[in-house]
Amino acid sequence: MELIIFARCFKGIVLREALRFIHQKERFFSALVRPLVWLGIFAAGFRSVLGVAIIPPYETYIPYEVYIAPGLIAMIQLFNGMQSSLSMVYDREMGSMKTMLVSPIPRWFLLISKLLAGVFVSILQVYAFLLIASIWDIIPPISGYFTILPALIVSGLMLGSLGMFLSSAIKQLENFAGVMNFVIFPMFFASSALYPLWKIEETSEWLYYVCFYNPFTYAVESIRFSLYSQVNIEYTIGILVFTLIFLFLSILGYDPARGNLQKKGGK
Amino acid sequence: MTVALEIKNVSHNFGKFTALDDVSLNINSGDFTVLLGLNGAGKTTLYSLITRLYNNNSGTIKIYGFDVRENPVNALKNIGVVFQQPTLDLDLSVKENLQYHSSLHGISSEEANKRIDNEIGRIKLDEKIKSKVRSLSGGQRRRVEIARSLLHKPKLLLLDEPTVGLDIGSRQMILDHVKSLCKKNNLAVLWATHLIDEIDKGEKVIVIHKGSVIESGDVSKIVKKTKTKNIRDAFNKLVGI
Repeated sequence: MELIIFARCFKGIVLREALRFIHQKERFFSALVRPLVWLGIFAAGFRSVLGVAIIPPYETYIPYEVYIAPGLIAMIQLFNGMQSSLSMVYDREMGSMKTMLVSPIPRWFLLISKLLAGVFVSILQVYAFLLIASIWDIIPPISGYFTILPALIVSGLMLGSLGMFLSSAIKQLENFAGVMNFVIFPMFFASSALYPLWKIEETSEWLYYVCFYNPFTYAVESIRFSLYSQVNIEYTIGILVFTLIFLFLSILGYDPARGNLQKKGGK
Repeated sequence: MTVALEIKNVSHNFGKFTALDDVSLNINSGDFTVLLGLNGAGKTTLYSLITRLYNNNSGTIKIYGFDVRENPVNALKNIGVVFQQPTLDLDLSVKENLQYHSSLHGISSEEANKRIDNEIGRIKLDEKIKSKVRSLSGGQRRRVEIARSLLHKPKLLLLDEPTVGLDIGSRQMILDHVKSLCKKNNLAVLWATHLIDEIDKGEKVIVIHKGSVIESGDVSKIVKKTKTKNIRDAFNKLVGI
């Protein structure tokens, strides 16, 4: 199969996702409001309670708002990843997922294209968030706006493929709400998004290990370091490994020979 | 005559439930074939296997000689599908939906636009091309889905209960359209339905019941074999209702 065919297919999938995003203005609005509420209300309340010591990549004492900004960026991607997989469950129940899956183009390529299309949308949301966050004096170095991009692509892929894997394993839309509760909230709270890991270790050792091995922590920290144009090898390797694992599982989940699709029957 | 679809000894289970049991059938190019069965007979499962939504663990499915499992790229290229459930994106326009489908088959934008204009003209929905699908009636949506299934110029068209839920006028219009496509373009069509009045004299019918093909042949042959007056009575006798 020629390369141009793959390129046209990729363009079509990204364009469709972008069009859906433009048509659903409320989705963009709610994706922005959520982290802004955290930033404007939660962070304002907690800044006096929580003291954040100087930890890399920061070189000075920082307000709490600055600390949680990377976590909120990852939160945007987490919600976006889950939302696009939610739309995959919806698409599958409604049938429109089938039109994609019966394309002659290899399924792994279709799924990765769909994931990247979702990542593209989440990146638009992140930059809109960063623009508004500058009101709270969350202003990284100019280079940070560029160096954050690779981290956003990888973390978006990781969270999107986790969502895609979940969508392949979930039979009905109703079940997805439960997964949101069991995945989104534990992932977000048991991570370094809201508090640094050393602070968690002071409180509870087992919780520290939960947070440390939580893939979301790797997304948050990769974003945090990249926002300040730095690379943390440990987190970078971690996020790449998690991304590959979730990608593999999601492609397997939609594989007609081994996947979850045909176990469900009818859908 | 070229064999468009060849299914040999295909069975499929969902856990302990046998959805298809040793199904074999052939469809030739230019044939309009009706897959007749009650709800739950196994029609949709069979379509899911032909389109590789599910993997066939037993038997073989070939589309114009290409095995679906071993050579899915060439096999799927030749298939156009209209699923039982509506599969258009309601928030996109008719044209955007069709462009999306074209891209999934690697068709260039220029070529896609030509084909879209052609197919939309054929189903007489030119004035709706920029409308959101949400604003279309059920019958119009179905016609758009048929137009979409033809954009990549398939040689085998699979339609799974395409007229369910439509009014009589829309049903007839869609049926006539597909039958004329079959004749004009030498397209092989497999039309799954439980609506007996969609079958005309001389057409080939495959009766599927509880996952098995229990009869196949043209209408007159089945009527004669079952010693009944018409295909309705023949079907009722075959499935025991």
